[in-house]
Amino acid sequence: MLARIKEFLGMEAKPKEEASEQEVEKVAEEEKAKPRIGYIHLSGCTGEGMSLTENYDILAPLLTEMVDIVYGQTLVDLWEMPEMDIALVEGSVCLQDDHSMKELLEVREKAGLVVAFGSCAATGCFTRYSRGGQQAQPNHESFVPIADVVKVDLAIPGCPPSPEIIAKTVVAVLNGDMDYLQPMMDLAGYTEACGCDLQTKVVNQALCIGCGTCAMACQTRALSMTDGRPELNEDRCIKCGICYVQCPRSWWPAERINMDLGL
Amino acid sequence: MVLGTYKQITLARSTDKQIQKISQDGGIASALLCFALDEKIIDGAVVAGPSEKMWKPMPTVALTSDDILAAAGTKYTLSPNLWMLKEAVRQYGLEKVGIVTIPCQTMGLRKMQSYPIGVRFMADKIALDIGIFCTENFSFESLKTFIQAKAGVDFDLVEKMDIGKGKFWVHTADDVISFPIKETHGYEQNGCKVCLDLVSELSDVSTGSIGAPDDWSAVMTRTDSGETIFSKAVDAGLIETKPMDEGKFGLEMLTKLATSKKEKAMKVIDDRKAMGLPVPFKASNEKEGDPLANV
Repeated sequence: MLARIKEFLGMEAKPKEEASEQEVEKVAEEEKAKPRIGYIHLSGCTGEGMSLTENYDILAPLLTEMVDIVYGQTLVDLWEMPEMDIALVEGSVCLQDDHSMKELLEVREKAGLVVAFGSCAATGCFTRYSRGGQQAQPNHESFVPIADVVKVDLAIPGCPPSPEIIAKTVVAVLNGDMDYLQPMMDLAGYTEACGCDLQTKVVNQALCIGCGTCAMACQTRALSMTDGRPELNEDRCIKCGICYVQCPRSWWPAERINMDLGL
Repeated sequence: MVLGTYKQITLARSTDKQIQKISQDGGIASALLCFALDEKIIDGAVVAGPSEKMWKPMPTVALTSDDILAAAGTKYTLSPNLWMLKEAVRQYGLEKVGIVTIPCQTMGLRKMQSYPIGVRFMADKIALDIGIFCTENFSFESLKTFIQAKAGVDFDLVEKMDIGKGKFWVHTADDVISFPIKETHGYEQNGCKVCLDLVSELSDVSTGSIGAPDDWSAVMTRTDSGETIFSKAVDAGLIETKPMDEGKFGLEMLTKLATSKKEKAMKVIDDRKAMGLPVPFKASNEKEGDPLANV
């Protein structure tokens, strides 16, 4: 099964490493150690869950054979939060919403790994613009990335994260492939994001090469390229951080790329 | 290995008279893209096409051989080709995209494929990446400065620009003007100074003029798909090859220039790290193995 999913994702490693991967798969099957996953929905739009379901080809086996969904609104009929191996937290947390705050703190206690799933959870994203004074809860004013309140182990930004990165991350977690997950661990610390990061962290730092990856990656088309440099339309920027995350000059996963290309 | 991992290295040129006439060197990028289109290996390609301004390229989605030929030839300034990938996949609905990239763009492309964090259903649509050798790039204003101010040639009269034999060459209809490449120093894009890649080490096929005689290109096939496409184009008679000269003006020159780009960049990387400035690459003292690797 793992092999089928990896094939779907184009994650087949070089032949010489196949043996070890088969071993991992064998061990995983023998132990039947299905990770227990919880889905916690805070202030987000359910986009992350929808992106997950876009893995049509592998979704059914993924959900039934590879993981146990043990907690989640509309997914599991359970009021008490159980112990979980992985908690996927979607949405930022509202400091004035006692229920969300309590739930987030409880997640940290009950989950082995807390994943900031999507940009609202990871960077605050669109909810960064909130300033309260609106119905139905005028007092709900302050929405922050969950890492402001609890320790976060992995962040997968994106508005939403792509279906592929969700599947690749799940496979990496199942395989214990910490090398693949390392950038997501590092991104747990990237909580203040903005399209202007391209200017301050790349152009200002003499690193921009005008490749256009940022403008390609921007999920709201807030970026264009002018004279070989990113130009930000601030009115469209939702502070998801994807432009800077995809920039080849922010972090560079050389070994993984060589492995993926078979070089 | 300063030239990256490759399957074969050879000299090559397009056998198509039309491509030979308009291409920069051997016309390999044009020939491969046209072949891939004809064979339906790709259904379109992102190339540095013409814009309304002479010598200022615009990333363009090419759907026909004519579109591809309209983009032939090197423009020594920035063309953010990856930006146009989004249009190719979302607007044009292409399923198998070809793209021409310089090394830094190849890196952005490959990072997106290995970590498509916010990039939905695009990584799997890249069917062919042709990487171009690159020593450095220039902003449009920089290019203008040395063409118009240093060489004294009106942009509109320029028919071809070229770098070779230590000089920057400007061809007009009835004249060829050159100045030492050293005179362009100080104008190169700053981001290029930490770049460790001259030969597009992560492309499917890389090509460029360094190490090749006039009107030929050096070609390195790297990935399985790159090797397959190149071999098919050779078998189909669209590209002819001859062995690369091992000596001073061939492989030796390519190796020398690739090494010197890496050594210069490593020094800048080390200096930046010592100052606490960000660099995505490892400093010399953080590297295990190859001290010049693109990591």
